[in-house]
Formats: sequence, structure tokens, C-alpha cells
Amino acid sequence: MRAVIVGCGRVGAALAVALDQAGHRVLIMDTSTAAFDRLSPEFRGEAVRGDGTDEDTLRRAGVTGADLFVALTEGDNRNIMAAQIARESLGVATVLSKVNDPMRALAYADLGIATINRTTLMADTILEFAGLAGSGRPAIHAGRGHDHPIDVPFAAAGVAAAPLGAAPRPLGQAGAPRAKTGGS
Amino acid sequence: MFIIVVGGGKVGYYLTKELIEAGHEVVLLEKTRARAVQISDEIGSVVLSRDGSEGSALAEAGANRADVVAAVTGDDEDNLVICQMAKHHFAVKRTIARVNNPKNELLFRHLGVDEIISPTRMILGSIEQDIPVHELLHLADLGSGDLELIEALLAEGSPAIGKASGDLAMPEGCTLFAYIRSDKAQPVRADTVFRAGDKVIVIGRRDCEEALHSTLIGIEVEAV
Repeated sequence: MRAVIVGCGRVGAALAVALDQAGHRVLIMDTSTAAFDRLSPEFRGEAVRGDGTDEDTLRRAGVTGADLFVALTEGDNRNIMAAQIARESLGVATVLSKVNDPMRALAYADLGIATINRTTLMADTILEFAGLAGSGRPAIHAGRGHDHPIDVPFAAAGVAAAPLGAAPRPLGQAGAPRAKTGGS
Repeated sequence: MFIIVVGGGKVGYYLTKELIEAGHEVVLLEKTRARAVQISDEIGSVVLSRDGSEGSALAEAGANRADVVAAVTGDDEDNLVICQMAKHHFAVKRTIARVNNPKNELLFRHLGVDEIISPTRMILGSIEQDIPVHELLHLADLGSGDLELIEALLAEGSPAIGKASGDLAMPEGCTLFAYIRSDKAQPVRADTVFRAGDKVIVIGRRDCEEALHSTLIGIEVEAV
């Protein structure tokens, strides 16, 4: 298959090398060429310097129609945006986005963007190592409802079970600080 | 109205100030603590030092009862996620995003952001307005994004000059609805005959621009 990885950190580089060794066509992108030093010398895929949240850059690099797109930069929001561009504009069927904020990870899974959450993954692995029970939450939330378009109003796009206006997942209903306003 | 502003840069700061002066209830989310403290020293306890793209921060700010969420940070990806979280997770009716890279405008709209403000595009538009090029001038986006408001100057050589509005071959879905002659705006009627120097205002679909160009501007004219 054709795989695209955005973000050549330790995980991105390791994944790129593994996919390459397994015989897949790999393209890895990072904003810094120094990041490509993490790739092993045996890596035969493409390493492209560029911003993975820029649609034109992704298009020029030939991401259109890839089989797998994984966004692994340091920024949750950058990963989310890159994954949505890949899915919505470039027709990539399977996208996975690293999102370390558990709440954002869950919210985007509802929108059809699969997310991997390092926080849950590591905490649960450590708990397991210590012989204790984990959170019970999956580290990867598969993108639900892959067939719904994302451009319908989001609350409605979520899932049929959560119609607009229904209370979303509990988020802690902390009272909001009120602004001291001049008028009433 | 209750408005949540995310991003305490210059835009967010002045926006918050103006909204408070106008009598609205406002919460400003600014993730850099020092900046948040600085602003709250000045305009009072409306500032939360939190990252507005975190779900829990929006919840703490009261997003579940906000009328508007305006994401005005300097990073497009943050503004996108803030608006999407507000919309999807908190059912906020109106989300507004500042877009720094004009190329992201269509994408953001497609991804569900209600309103997009692009300072880059605005400055670009204002520069283009000053240049006497005989082209169509994009004035504003309308509706959900496919429609736009366009101004066209009918210079000498325009095929529309001397013709009645009803005789022009307008692309489908485009409407000529007003024209400006001697600084007076007037509605376009079927029998309105255009003269050189008229400015016509059109509402049309983005993909009609080419057809509009040949109807109103004609052959390419070099800038004078």
C-alpha cells in the first residue's frame, strides 16, 4: 500500500522504516530536514520537507489517493487538521491522527477521524506492567461513521444517537466566570 | 449575548474589550499565563489562562451555553479545532475563525466553521481595489460559501456597454442587481442600458466568474 506519515519524530521514523521494510511505499513529511536523521540508512521511501497542514504541499507531494495517512506531529491540532485535509480533500481512505488530549481524541473519532491517544496508551501500559487494571478506554478510537460527510453541522454529524441539542458527553459543567459588563 | 473569545493576542484583546463595552458577557481564553494575567489586570476577571482547544477549557469557560465562539489565535489549526470542538461537542450555534492562510478559507468552511475572517484576504482585497485593473472584484462571500458578491467596472471596450441588462447573456445563477453611475447606486432593471464607467454589482456562484468575465469585461485589457 501507499502510506503517508506526517511528522518524523521517533514514532514517525520508526513507523516509516517498519512499513518500508514490510514492502510498502512510504512517504514521510516533516517541516525540518534534520528530523529525517532519525530514519535508518536502509530507508528506501521518500522524505519530503513540508508543512503537513498545507493542502497544496500535500497535493504536490502526491498524497492524493494514498491508502493510509498517519499524522504524528507534536501538535494535536496540527494532526487533526492534516488528517481532515487528507480525508476530505485528498480522498485518503484511512487516516489516523495522534491526539494526546483524551477529550479531543474522542470528539474527533465521532467525526470519522480515527485517533490514537498517547496518554491513555502509556498510562494503561504502565498500569498493566504493574499488574493493575487500566482505564478500560481504548488507546485508538476508530473513526466512527466513516460515511458521513464532515461538512454538515458538526453536532448533527456526530452520530444519530446524539442529535443536535442533546447533551454531549459529560465534560464537567463548571460554572463559567461571568464577565463584569458595563451594561446589563 | 454570551461570547467566548479564544486567543489573547492583539485581535482577541481588542475584540474582548469592545464586546464588553457593548454590554456583552465575555470570557477570553489565553493559554500563555503571563499574557492572561496582563490582560486581566487591565480589563478585569474575564480571562481564563487555558488552552481553548482543550475540551475541558471550553467547558470551564461555559461553552455549553455560549451564543458565539470566536477563535482568533495566530494559528489556523488551533482556530479550526476550537471551532469544531465548540460546534460538535458543545452545540454552539455560531463559530467564527480567523484564518491567516487565505488558502484555508474553503477548507474551514467545508469542515463546518460558520464564519471565516481572513485579514490577509481583506488587505489583499483593499490593495486590489486601488489598482485600476479591468477585472472582476470580489467584494464578499455570501451564504454558505458558494456565492459571492462581485463588482465589475464596465470600461471602454466592455461588450455590455450600450446593451440593455435583459439582453446580456448572464451565466445561470448570477444576478445583476445594482449599478453605480456618478456615485449613485440604482437597481438594475431589464431595460437598464449600461454606459462606460458604470460599476455593476453581481451576486453569483464562484464557478461563474469566467462566464461573467466574458459578459461584462470582454477581452483581457492591460492595466492602465
